[in-house]
Amino acid sequence: MSDMKTAAYLCTGCGIGERLSAAQLAKVAEREGKMHLVRQHAFLCSSGGVQLIRDDLEREGVTHLMIAACSRRAKTEAFHFPNTAMSRANLREGVIWSQPDTEEARETTQEMADDYVRMGCAEVKKMKLPAGNPDLGHARRLLVVGGGISGMTAALEASRAGYRALMVEKSGSLGGWAARLHKRTAFREPYTDPADTGVGEMIAALQSDPNIEIVLNASIAKTDGAPGRFKVEIAVESGSARTEDVGAIVQATGFSTYDAAKLPEFAYGKTPNVVDQAGLERLAREAGANPIRRPSDGGEVKSVVFVQCAGQRDDSGIHLPYCSGFCCATSIKQAMYFKDANPAVDTAVIYTDLRVPGNGEDFYRSAQSKGVTFTKGKVTGVEPGGNQCKVSFRDLILDEDTAISDVDLVVLATGQVPNSGVNIGDPEDAVADAEVKPISILNLSYRQGPDLPQLKYGFTDSHFICFPYETRRTGIYAAGPVRRPMDIAQATEDATGAALKGIQAMENAHAGRAAHPRSGDLSFPIVRLDGCTQCKRCTVECPFGAIDEDEKTYPVFNESRCRRCGTCMGACPVRVISFENYSVDTVGAQIKAVEVPDEFSEKPRILVLACENDAYPAIDMAGMQKNVYSAFVRVIPVRCLGSVNAIWITDALTCGYDGIMMMGCKHGDDYQCHFVKGSELASVRMSKIGDTLTQMSLETERVATYEVAITDMARVPRLIDEYAAVINKIGMSPLKGFA
Amino acid sequence: MTGSIATGEIILVVGGGISGMTAALEAAECGKKVVLVEKSPTLGGRTALLYRYFPKLCHPACGLEINLRRLKGNRNVRVLTLAQVTAISGARGDYTATVKVAPRYVNDNCTACGDCERAVQAEIPNPYNYGLDQMKAAYLPHAMAYPQRYVLDPSIAGTEDGERAKSACKYGAVDLDMKEDTLEIRAGAVIWATGWEPYDAAKIQPYGYGLYANVITSVEFERLADPHGPTGGKIVRPSDGKEAKNIAFIQCAGSRDENHLRHCSRICCMASLKQSQYVREAYGAEGRSTIYYIDIRAIDRFEDFYQKVLKDPGVQFIKSKVANIVQDGKTGDVILHGVDTEGYHRYANSHDLAVLAIGMQPSVAAADIPAEVIADSSGFIEGALAGSGVFGAGCATNALDVNRAVQSSTAAALRAIQVVNRVARAEEAS
Repeated sequence: MSDMKTAAYLCTGCGIGERLSAAQLAKVAEREGKMHLVRQHAFLCSSGGVQLIRDDLEREGVTHLMIAACSRRAKTEAFHFPNTAMSRANLREGVIWSQPDTEEARETTQEMADDYVRMGCAEVKKMKLPAGNPDLGHARRLLVVGGGISGMTAALEASRAGYRALMVEKSGSLGGWAARLHKRTAFREPYTDPADTGVGEMIAALQSDPNIEIVLNASIAKTDGAPGRFKVEIAVESGSARTEDVGAIVQATGFSTYDAAKLPEFAYGKTPNVVDQAGLERLAREAGANPIRRPSDGGEVKSVVFVQCAGQRDDSGIHLPYCSGFCCATSIKQAMYFKDANPAVDTAVIYTDLRVPGNGEDFYRSAQSKGVTFTKGKVTGVEPGGNQCKVSFRDLILDEDTAISDVDLVVLATGQVPNSGVNIGDPEDAVADAEVKPISILNLSYRQGPDLPQLKYGFTDSHFICFPYETRRTGIYAAGPVRRPMDIAQATEDATGAALKGIQAMENAHAGRAAHPRSGDLSFPIVRLDGCTQCKRCTVECPFGAIDEDEKTYPVFNESRCRRCGTCMGACPVRVISFENYSVDTVGAQIKAVEVPDEFSEKPRILVLACENDAYPAIDMAGMQKNVYSAFVRVIPVRCLGSVNAIWITDALTCGYDGIMMMGCKHGDDYQCHFVKGSELASVRMSKIGDTLTQMSLETERVATYEVAITDMARVPRLIDEYAAVINKIGMSPLKGFA
Repeated sequence: MTGSIATGEIILVVGGGISGMTAALEAAECGKKVVLVEKSPTLGGRTALLYRYFPKLCHPACGLEINLRRLKGNRNVRVLTLAQVTAISGARGDYTATVKVAPRYVNDNCTACGDCERAVQAEIPNPYNYGLDQMKAAYLPHAMAYPQRYVLDPSIAGTEDGERAKSACKYGAVDLDMKEDTLEIRAGAVIWATGWEPYDAAKIQPYGYGLYANVITSVEFERLADPHGPTGGKIVRPSDGKEAKNIAFIQCAGSRDENHLRHCSRICCMASLKQSQYVREAYGAEGRSTIYYIDIRAIDRFEDFYQKVLKDPGVQFIKSKVANIVQDGKTGDVILHGVDTEGYHRYANSHDLAVLAIGMQPSVAAADIPAEVIADSSGFIEGALAGSGVFGAGCATNALDVNRAVQSSTAAALRAIQVVNRVARAEEAS
């Protein structure tokens, strides 16, 4: 690149100047790094130091900066030069703070620093400034699928922020389950009585909102595109179809009640006097201002038993294993329907753990003061006899089997089952018989399947505690009970948050920047299709389903779906995928820049490829705590271990490195990789590298993968030193000097 | 201080814990300008003091790192630390907040090299370890602290130690003449995210917290298990440093109790289940946990974690509200008295350590917020007044776990954006 002008800045503050030879570093930057400008400063992050850099950018036309100072995690406010390519050599946390300040260590410490300067220079020269792609689509209308409380909330809240919304509802009316409720549980002070649902007002608000268009009796026949430019085919029951442009999607498809017919031991279906909670709401609505009557004969209800966890929290593998969260409060509310109308009605709630968090406790107290009985027990059976039932249970307090007879009405708290469409992660769903195959909700035309990936038990929840809206399909956010079991109050909050995420996705697409966790990143994968072998690895492995295939199975990248993790780059066997500022070359050049001493030097070189979010900060914090580790390692942060291309490994080995440590996040069920599969993919890929090592006549120990957490600042130095000991034992690589 | 942007379009976020950071970042990533005000010297709040999260047992520092990276890369957020909002005037779309900024005695020249810490002699109780140990009076709050800048405790300003810090600093970063500053910030909307604090355990007199060294709270137990904590991650008892292998976890310590907190604090059951696994991690088969509970509230998918812990032979569950605790003067063991309600057996059980699953109360009671909000009887923000632009987020609104707090904060960000977008549209039209 002829218009590239490079500059290296060496900071000698924080002890760098005392511990290292700055003159030597400058020489390395100049002669080996071939930097056009090399400057030293005793306090580079000071306003004077920063001004020096700014002046060079302006007056000298510098385009590429290499800053050799502290870690890339430190002093980010000072070293902020937008529109300039920049690399940072970590001489403080990564060298002088992690090496002993002794005379013996002086030489290896200097070598480490020299290498980081070489690497920083090599990297920046391969970096291009990400241009960003503002042409990704500018649709700013939010599609909301589902017209229950969650969907209506998302549409209304988006509209209040000035965005248009398109609501598609499968049935002929809005309101979902909430519209079928008599009352809702108490959700504000004093938390003593059932409250009006407010659904009618909400529907009216929606219908009169000029920003919101409502399509009833309709489903999504096809979803094409990406955030900012989704094209959605809407099929209306009448047979008409239309295609709409939307920028983002909130999926608020709600839940179905667990089928109580699967609970024959509770006599559901054997007598109309056993109902589920939804059935009781129906009875209450039908009764209106009058008392609820016994379904079988319209007789007076004098005794009601509520069976909690009916078909839930089940460890037999037959029913729902989870707790639906809302049903304890719902039973309390329903018991109040009876008690408020006639305090003489006996109402008993049989539960194992009563779960009413927060101010739900006041609602519980109120029920107790109204005379609702709560019994810790497990219902074992319901026997119908005439117009009444007998409810048998194990009393867990008295530790004995007992029963309540002459029960007029039994209410089963059966819980929520998410309406989440096709489980694309489950091969059985994909091949299942068409008749039982779940109906897709979004009908995404994505290479990886038609719906949102599910986390567990059908819920499309995020896997991340800190990031409940993290989605594996950028721009599509689940809200309400389809995401996680929840009540109306939580669904309202959830849908408001999901609407924000939808808006954010549209704004990101509009500006061509990445969504969380690499928020604002303007780089994107560039693919050189003339070298592509159509192997499909990138399209299969992308954790976000961002890459489709054309008719010749070439990858088609959808940038605004992409999260910039680089898993595609790591997957590509022919190395045709790269980002402007993070590529096969930016890392490859760093690996090759390291000076590898000969095999008689007793100075092995160990390459560490570390996840930039967890392993790298752990190494950094090890330095901050002055936890010493081997001077033979050279650490390169990577966006995700999934982005590690095998060529880096073979390059490193051919260059004569003696070992390679790959440090990524925990994988498996409780995976901690923020790109979902990155660390797992890396581990799978590396498990196959043994053959390559054997072909190169190298020991398999020369490549090792580790799960490292961000808190491992004491463990990481230990891992490094143990690995260095292993290398010491197996000896130096025989491949030195051939590259 | 707000530069050239229209002031009514700024969102003020009060509180820099995970809720405030989330609200600020989510709004900023929609393109909005945000001022984030935090009372302590660092962002991160209470989650930064947790060792692991339930139910994944992953590390809060991981999410904090991501949020800090988002923040470092986003110029829409201006962060003020050691800052407290003391007054808010005006109306929706046009508020003015008075912010008092306490002196840090360290300016932004600080490189976090640590020379001042080495020079200073005075030590103070370490609030980041709930006072379980001491730290130097010149300190970086913790390894993940942001801004990554030292702080001088006010107690050493004007002392020899202050001078030591000043002369040790090669970068002119120590400024002992810093004074409290008052700023006025104009904003269109305010998100109040001041989070929670543990209920004062000493008020639960029968449990002897403060009287017995081996009765500690769940938040303190987090610090014991954390490699960054006062014991380097060793679970030992405060009285004698003996390994605590037989631990009692006492649920509803302060919660679900009309004499203390009337609400259920939601997180404590899961916290104790999680902490029982710290004991298991530290001591393997020798580690024993006993959980004294009323109801185990492992709501929704958390049930899986409860089921997993139920299968752990090292964990025992006793349905009982513990009546009282005494510590044996000789052995240091704590003895719990009460009645096991499953079968009504009296017990007097001996443990190495008692951990009170302490309840959650709002850090700032809703009545003390310098703006009108709807308060509930526990002092949480129940909601915004009609026509108001002041919104609650996270644990300022309810007893919430991290996931729900973040959800609440994301929702709050949209409510604030609704206000500032209206201001922007009005300004465009005029």
